[in-house]
Amino acid sequence: MQIVAATIQWLADPAHWQGSNGIPLRLGEHVALSGLSLLLAALVAMPLGLWIGHTGRFSWLVVSSANAWRALPSFAVIGLLVPFTTLLDPNLGFILYPTLIAMIVLAGPPLLVNSYQGVAGVDRDLVEAARGMGMSERQILFDLEMPIALPVLATGLRSAAVQVIATATLGATFGFGGLGHYIVLGDANQDNGELFGGVVLVAALALGTLAMFVLLERRLASPGLAPRTAG
Amino acid sequence: MTVDASGHAGAAGKAGGASLEFRGVTKRYDSGVGAPGAVNDLSFQVPAGTICVLVGPSGCGKTTSLKMVNRLIEPSAGEILLDGVNVQSQPVTALRRRIGYVIQQVGLFPHLTIGRNVAVVPGLEGWSSQRQRARTQELLGLVGLDPRRYENRYPNQLSGGERQRVGVARALAADPPLMLMDEPFAAVDPIVRERLQDEFLRLQRELAKTILFVTHDIDEAIKMGDLIAVMQEGGRLAQFGPPDEILAHPSSEFVARFVGEDRGLKRLSLRTVADLRVEKMGRPVGLPRFTPGTKLRDALAILLVADTRGGIALDEGGRPRGLVTVDAIASSLTDDPPARVGA
Repeated sequence: MQIVAATIQWLADPAHWQGSNGIPLRLGEHVALSGLSLLLAALVAMPLGLWIGHTGRFSWLVVSSANAWRALPSFAVIGLLVPFTTLLDPNLGFILYPTLIAMIVLAGPPLLVNSYQGVAGVDRDLVEAARGMGMSERQILFDLEMPIALPVLATGLRSAAVQVIATATLGATFGFGGLGHYIVLGDANQDNGELFGGVVLVAALALGTLAMFVLLERRLASPGLAPRTAG
Repeated sequence: MTVDASGHAGAAGKAGGASLEFRGVTKRYDSGVGAPGAVNDLSFQVPAGTICVLVGPSGCGKTTSLKMVNRLIEPSAGEILLDGVNVQSQPVTALRRRIGYVIQQVGLFPHLTIGRNVAVVPGLEGWSSQRQRARTQELLGLVGLDPRRYENRYPNQLSGGERQRVGVARALAADPPLMLMDEPFAAVDPIVRERLQDEFLRLQRELAKTILFVTHDIDEAIKMGDLIAVMQEGGRLAQFGPPDEILAHPSSEFVARFVGEDRGLKRLSLRTVADLRVEKMGRPVGLPRFTPGTKLRDALAILLVADTRGGIALDEGGRPRGLVTVDAIASSLTDDPPARVGA
């Protein structure tokens, strides 16, 4: 109970909501860098996954990248990158680049796998019907396969986003900033309020992100895709 | 109704359809000669406005032949002419938009409403949304679905029969001169299938499209086809001709077996009481009465069960025209082919 009280007290302290180490700034850092990584990863992985799903070519690439992803510990990826990125820039190569790269790299596979599976999972009879009606391959991908795959694509974005938020938190160990900063600092100062305050904030950000993607999917996905029996 | 050279009544001559010709069409697969789906030197002509049914056992190449028309499969040799023009000389998407395509699995787009599904090809062709909507409503009405009730529903809210109707409406949307139908009614139950077949034949009498229709069911082939192409294993054409001719004179042991021992009875289903030369009658009481449209096969069945020497053929006005006997029905099979029985 002491921890709960300390956490509430820490979160309620107006001093923690302002300044260069304030919650709004750390939250902004966390969100901006997560968003940037997700965007960059999506720009590469999603077109690749959609293309592989549509053509069926190089699907082994998807399988092996999914397996590699499951085996990769985020913290190790960041640590392994440090010796190389510090060669580029001794400062940013330690506090920024390794974590940022790890975020992008780790967000890629769920985006790739879900884009691939979403499109490859579209009924082939449907695709052939579309082709037989005179739709171009491009129209089949954009007007048929992607709208049908949308729930699966949204799931991929959701898990990639959570992955990115989690990795950014770990990066605080290397001075990355963000909400993980409170956890690292709270641990070092043996300040449970600050440590668990950071934990609560990270969890809230992750859950909020999940909720946002679920709402987005509900808005965008066609009602015709919901499972329903003939009436 | 006009009658074409084969003596078969069709809608030939109306403006709705395009002529279709297969010329030495061959499709080889790597798995060797006689591979399932291979097609061997297929040649036949389908006059504009008629229904040609490709029928045969599975693996005989009938679906392959169909898909070579809209170039989902490219032939290894030979050519397919649509209104005299080789389909391979035309841009593939433009060609396909002029050919209606109906498949057994229907293939409605699940994320689009029924209205938008029907309007897919008009949309690709760049019709104004107003024109698309008007066409969609017209077509849904044509296939027996109230546009106000169905337009905004999704495919997963429809029964199998309703979905298949939408599939036909969608294929007709841009008013194509040729329709390819690959076992279009195979996935629905027999009662719905019969109704869809009858409705489609009625529709075809107005539209007079050229139709290439694939089925493995000889009864469906006889019912739907103005012309039937019987295919056998190895993708060879076993016989080509009007249904009555194929039933009366099967060209090989294979065709005879494929059309069945009851091919005489099947021929009776191509004839109606109206085609029959009736005998004069005295003063018949309590005999079964047959409307002109009654198929002879049904009339025979009724006579056999009723155990009477005959029944009464009625004319269009419902007045007795003469006596229908079992003998008269039997001897009708030696007559010339009848005018085609419509639904």
